[in-house]
Amino acid sequence: MTTKPDLSGNRQLGDKAFGGLAIGAAALVLLILALIAITMTNRARPVLGHMGLDFFTSSKWSEHDNIFGALPFIWGTVYTAAIAVVLAVPVSIGVALFITQIAPPWLKRPLVYLIDLLAVVPSVVFGLWGVLMLAPHLNRSFLTAGIILAIMIVPIITSLAREVIETTAQSDKEAAYALGATRWEMINAAVIPHAKGGLVGAVMLGLGRAMGETIAAALVIGSSAQIALNPLKSGDSMPAVIANQWGEASDLQKSALIGLAVTLFAMTIIVNLVASRIVQRSMQKTRGA
Amino acid sequence: MKTWIAILASSTALFAVSCKKGEDKGTPKMTEGSDKGAMKPEPSGPVSLSASGSTFQKAFEEIAMDSFMKSHPDIKLTYGGGGSGKGRQDLADMVVDFAGSDSKYKDEDKAKIKGGDVLYFPILLGGITVSYNVQGADNLNLSPDTVAKIFQGDIKKWNDPAIVADNKGAKLPAEAIVVVHRADGSGTTDNFTKYLDTASGGAWKLESGSTVDWPKDTQAGQGNGGVAQIVSSTKGAIGYVDLSDAKAAKLHYANIKNKNGKFVEPTADSASAAGDGIDVKDDLTFSALDAKGDAAYPITYQSWVIVYAKQADPKKGAALKQYLSYLIGDAQKELPGLDFAPLPKSLQDKAVAQLAKIQ
Repeated sequence: MTTKPDLSGNRQLGDKAFGGLAIGAAALVLLILALIAITMTNRARPVLGHMGLDFFTSSKWSEHDNIFGALPFIWGTVYTAAIAVVLAVPVSIGVALFITQIAPPWLKRPLVYLIDLLAVVPSVVFGLWGVLMLAPHLNRSFLTAGIILAIMIVPIITSLAREVIETTAQSDKEAAYALGATRWEMINAAVIPHAKGGLVGAVMLGLGRAMGETIAAALVIGSSAQIALNPLKSGDSMPAVIANQWGEASDLQKSALIGLAVTLFAMTIIVNLVASRIVQRSMQKTRGA
Repeated sequence: MKTWIAILASSTALFAVSCKKGEDKGTPKMTEGSDKGAMKPEPSGPVSLSASGSTFQKAFEEIAMDSFMKSHPDIKLTYGGGGSGKGRQDLADMVVDFAGSDSKYKDEDKAKIKGGDVLYFPILLGGITVSYNVQGADNLNLSPDTVAKIFQGDIKKWNDPAIVADNKGAKLPAEAIVVVHRADGSGTTDNFTKYLDTASGGAWKLESGSTVDWPKDTQAGQGNGGVAQIVSSTKGAIGYVDLSDAKAAKLHYANIKNKNGKFVEPTADSASAAGDGIDVKDDLTFSALDAKGDAAYPITYQSWVIVYAKQADPKKGAALKQYLSYLIGDAQKELPGLDFAPLPKSLQDKAVAQLAKIQ
């Protein structure tokens, strides 16, 4: 191969093919999402016709009486995800700050690797660990589920927080030091204000992940349709109910479970959209500066 | 360029999959070929039959299929679990050749059965234990109304007068009762709550069904094994677990007062005895719950194999008949070893006679 290939003609063809492929792939994702939304909503219709808006406000879920109220499961989903976020955020941001600001360079890579490793542990393993180690002390409860979910969302929040924090301009940090700031004061004055938006977004992505987690929650949450503030009580979350009850569900119950899925789908999409907007905006702001 | 082709190929494949997803999943996935004129009733050449459904009969199906396939190398059998509801749904949609189920089709579901009339073949009976974890109470007696009141949360302590009344002389602690039930929808829950509904003399205030709106301060586990695990690890716990899982987890279980007023221990024999005292309908459906007879264990339930009366593929039909006659015949002697009860003779004869209805 000594002669130079004629790049120009090839490139044009290549560009076109690639452009088409990229647009196709993007359209495909949207198409799949739309199809999921349409078929699911369609199949949830019977229960909405039967229950009306009570589907979202009633707290009774009874196959026998054909009454399906999703409120306890919406509560369980939100409550366990909130517990998870409260527990995971300080740890994640602490770890991210440690990795970016404090850890010596030789420790950084293994630490990042370890945290990422946490993300590849299958959720059923966390769930079983919760059943065997946590449930005997804390019951199968909101708290147990919250702790398990917290462990599962630490990697996401940490890695996003790390990326956001790393975008802090070196000059800002040095300016803080030059003014006589200690390390903590520097973080507080230069890093945190800079990264705030991105951190909020990272937390919300973690929240979305926690809300959708199925099998680990199903194993440890206790499967009781109740709305309680006491974190040691048993509850239930939307994905857990779907997983547990689908196999033996009657027709209307199946529709109700699909209704839960649609509700969950909508909630997680909203949380994720808001989150990515926040992350994007903060990235733009910081990169633009 | 090569990589682009690869990407293109994989993305079209992805697209095909997603299109399939979008279609209504109700369309039947018929896999039986029309078999090009080979209309002989005897199976010649390999046949495979698939089934899904009840996890209650799964252990028995697996053992029976194993030994059946050894003597019939041309026939390949598979049984996937998934629960009775899934089995009935799969059969109705014609994606399996037979279903295992602990209950009948509901009347409102009959219109959705795509392949015509179905036949019920009873294949086994088994007991649901009321298992518990209480110090000093190795051999509790419980009446159905007491069981009902415990599970609906009316009786909260192990030394409640209602429990003491059935257990004179037992040292029962003043310990709180922790009720354990199934987290997943289950035929075991359905039969257990139906039993409480019929036998507790009106004491049972909750509903019956495969999922139940239990009192709030209860614990739940996945599957019989999950309930057994919680009962064995929780002081003061009580739960309903099928006999083989209760035995495997080395749980204590109560003697339950039957229709004749006798306290009976759950065993393969006492479940068999329950089979003697039942009224069987013409389609071989029945309920073994709360059966008559001194030796009958009252919380006994049953499992059927459901098949279509008209078999579209004669080869498959013949293979199915052979397997069923083994299942309700010779395979029955395997049941006690699995802590299930074989069919009583009268019922077995009726099931054998019904085989002729498969065409």
